[in-house]
Amino acid sequence: MNIDAIQNGIVLDHITAGKGMRLYELLGLGSLDCSVAIIKNVVSKKQGRKDIIKIDADIPVDFDVIGYVDPGVVVNVIRDGALVEKRSIDMPLLLTNVIYCKNPRCITSVEQELKHVFKLTDRENKVYRCVYCETKAN
Amino acid sequence: MKSLIDILDFTVEELQELIDTANDIIEHPAAYSERCRGKKLATLFFEPSTRTRLSFEAAMYELGGNVIGFSEAASSSAAKGESVADTAKVISCYADIIAMRHPKEGAPLVAAMNASIPVINAGDGGHNHPTQTLADLLTIYREKGGFENLTVGFCGDLKFGRTVHSLINALSRYAGVRVVLISPEELKLPSYVKKDVLAAKGVPYEQTTDLESVMPRLDILYMTRVQRERFFNEEDYLRLKDSYILTPEKLKNAKAELCIMHPLPRVNEISVAVDDDPRACYFKQVLYGKYMRMALILKLLKEAGTL
Repeated sequence: MNIDAIQNGIVLDHITAGKGMRLYELLGLGSLDCSVAIIKNVVSKKQGRKDIIKIDADIPVDFDVIGYVDPGVVVNVIRDGALVEKRSIDMPLLLTNVIYCKNPRCITSVEQELKHVFKLTDRENKVYRCVYCETKAN
Repeated sequence: MKSLIDILDFTVEELQELIDTANDIIEHPAAYSERCRGKKLATLFFEPSTRTRLSFEAAMYELGGNVIGFSEAASSSAAKGESVADTAKVISCYADIIAMRHPKEGAPLVAAMNASIPVINAGDGGHNHPTQTLADLLTIYREKGGFENLTVGFCGDLKFGRTVHSLINALSRYAGVRVVLISPEELKLPSYVKKDVLAAKGVPYEQTTDLESVMPRLDILYMTRVQRERFFNEEDYLRLKDSYILTPEKLKNAKAELCIMHPLPRVNEISVAVDDDPRACYFKQVLYGKYMRMALILKLLKEAGTL
């Protein structure tokens, strides 16, 4: 299966198979005017299977979202048809307004203006907790 | 700005500094009676708590300071819809330090992030209650002379009992502490506390439903109340509220130097007949709480440059 190469834009490569749609949603790619391709279950020598997202525009992407959903992703920046930057993404220490606290006892449940902030508390098990009530993110 | 939101905001050394100050206050109360003259503590209690609020107020008065505040959300601007952040900014213009109780978890942290004066968490829902832990620590220190090598039993509601979680967090930093968790199945200590605190710090612990079988080994018995306000379901509360009631008979096999603690208020989980037992320390614990709050107010005002 072939997807056209992009001239100016971003390719999210090495997405764990099955996580492409979650990234698409959390990065808000559905609201873009440009072409966006999600390629699922691509055969990969390293991963067996992987997902790829191609965005046909040089837009700013939220690395924290990528690092939270799938820290193994590689972000490739393409300009004039050439790869100009290749970036590996690590898990962010803090996540702001990416995920939302669902604890009905948390202060964020009643104060709508508060930012929802989660911190990485266990890197090995990829655990994020709300900074206010310490509830674990799902 | 240094605040106290979680007991782990303070290092072991800082906790010892507070204990030393509290002990000095107990020995030389007159030397502290004017330390906070002209300073104001704002007690912002968005949910009722006679005990903690009065302890803070008594602490500030005994330091020669003044107290302003409210004792329920209905008599505050929160009733008009003011945010915690705005309340903290406003109160920073009137007072030198804030003690806040709020039913929502994390509210004192929001206050601390927005206030220009120190904030003390006086209880945020079922989450943290660090000044109760300070009271607990001073009680243990004065009764046992330290924290090392103690076997501490926690009994009752270990699921919603925030004082239990905070004290376990605090004690896990001392060498040789062993923990015994005594509760009904439904009120067991949450697995994240066992994993992130006890297991992570290598604290040996065991779980049981049988208080009497572990009683002879305990140096400290920390009793808790099954709290109605933490349950969404009244039936569950009624079913579990009488799970453990401490009586003189159950203490027959306990150590002579056992220290019985309770964050209070109790309902019926400690029989009144136990009050006369010299091992009952829960009313001393209340008094020690006031001294630790005095020490805390002094420390935070000093670090804020107010004293």
